Amino acid sequence: MNGILVIIESTASGLHKLSLEALAAGQQLAKDAGQPLWAAILGSGDVIARLDKLYRVEDPALASYTADGYTNALAALIQSIDPAFVLLPHTYQVRDFGPKLATRFGQVLVSDVIGYRLDGTALVLQRQLFQGKLNADFTPATGSRVFASVQAGSFRSDTLEAGSPAVEVFAPALDASAIRQVPEPPFRESARAVDLTAADIIVSVGRGIKEQENIAIVEQLAKAMGAELAASRPICDNGWLPMERQVGSSGQTVAPKVYLAVGISGAIQHLVGMKGAKTIVAINKDPNAPIFEVADYGIVGDLFEVVPALTEAVKKAKSA
Amino acid sequence: MKILVALKQVPARDSQLRVRPSNEWIEDADLQFEINEPDAYALEEALQLKEKHGGEVVVLCAGPESAATQIREALAKGADRAIHVEADLAGQDTLEVARLLAKAVESEKPDLILTGLQSDDLGYGQTGVVLAELLGLPHATIIMQVEIDGSTLRVKRELEDGWFQFVSMPLPALLTIQSGINKLRYATLMGIKKAKSKEIRKLDPAGLGAVAGSSVKLARVYLPQRNKQTQMIEGSAPEQAAKLVEKLRFEVRVL
Repeated sequence: MNGILVIIESTASGLHKLSLEALAAGQQLAKDAGQPLWAAILGSGDVIARLDKLYRVEDPALASYTADGYTNALAALIQSIDPAFVLLPHTYQVRDFGPKLATRFGQVLVSDVIGYRLDGTALVLQRQLFQGKLNADFTPATGSRVFASVQAGSFRSDTLEAGSPAVEVFAPALDASAIRQVPEPPFRESARAVDLTAADIIVSVGRGIKEQENIAIVEQLAKAMGAELAASRPICDNGWLPMERQVGSSGQTVAPKVYLAVGISGAIQHLVGMKGAKTIVAINKDPNAPIFEVADYGIVGDLFEVVPALTEAVKKAKSA
Repeated sequence: MKILVALKQVPARDSQLRVRPSNEWIEDADLQFEINEPDAYALEEALQLKEKHGGEVVVLCAGPESAATQIREALAKGADRAIHVEADLAGQDTLEVARLLAKAVESEKPDLILTGLQSDDLGYGQTGVVLAELLGLPHATIIMQVEIDGSTLRVKRELEDGWFQFVSMPLPALLTIQSGINKLRYATLMGIKKAKSKEIRKLDPAGLGAVAGSSVKLARVYLPQRNKQTQMIEGSAPEQAAKLVEKLRFEVRVL
């Protein structure tokens, strides 16, 4: 068992950005561990990165993504090239097949990894627990094949070293009848009326708002600031704001000049959608809320007092 | 049809967590616990499917003795009976727990197994998928809609960035359910009363014959390092508001 295999995901518009981040992690690990680096891609796309080999995994049954198809194909590749590490980007697709693939080899997928270190030859993988409140070190058993998926933004794709890798086609000779999922073409529900990615300032509301009718006070703040209104997932799940105002891993990813998080604890799924904002302001009654770890400015207080006061202060400043 | 719902007991959402001096886990002796919220959505979906198609909903829970409270809550909401694998999950990895669940399910032969898409404590997001592989069942994850037509399942997967996809597969199958798929119900007083006499079959993990041995160990738990220098703004609410507006105007240069 030797070598690092990075699984690359292609989308309709090119390589998935998170795949490039996983590849950057792979390049770093390959250097630290002194092992060869390979990548595998199911689907089209060019991988212009420094690698020892790129495997194009090809089979008619892989024309559309299915959990069964991808697992069976990658399992065959892993059997064939015997890597010690399998790195995947923590995308929706990997959440669907990654754990199945790891189980096929009697291993656990260490998912949503934010970092690693090598203590000699022992790998330690870092993950978050309790929605980001705590961190934890995980140690895979010595001599076991390591499967890990990499959290968005934990490794930077701009550190990727370029290159023109040797390419080999791998044909897993899949049994199409063993693939039980029958997918239909993906679709979007409605034309998005709100483009949060175009907003300079976003005021975002979370569970701390408690009741639907209280959202009005946050709407007033957004209006005063000339900001777009957004929300964390639970607010949209309750139907209090439309899904298109959701920021997070299952909503929009935004990087505005200012992101003001009101009553948002800062769970991982929300942070991945906004931690790229230039300036983050957090208002929360809990001083230990994970949102304060990414905030540039923090107010620990009761949002029902702070938000109206802020609206007044903004109006006053703007009229001065 | 028989629908199995796997649910997990987790510390209550607003719990103040303290790490043990040994760093091996958190101090959990005084915590309040609740049903893992994503699993509550899975349970609600199962109850709605039962209302539509008939059959029974069986709750499956691996957890300590205290998890019985969460199991009773699920029964009070309308599940018919439960299986409780009484196990201390500390120190067991996802594969070990899924193996216990797979053994517990062996004799049940459900048509459909539903789990939440992740647990809000460990957040691995994969016990359902692992269980499906161990049982040889087709699966789909992050599901926002479930349709059953005879022995075919058609489900709506949530994808990234506002995209969705329908996918079909034969029953029996396993699904991991996304939050917001439905509106959670509250247990009624009648439901709570009926739950008292519903069956909870207790299983001893030692007797299940699951393959033991972990492949990943949780070595250490700790507070995240503060990488960012957060400017905390003090004072009364109006004072904090005024200071923040000043920062936004002169340091951040917006407004």
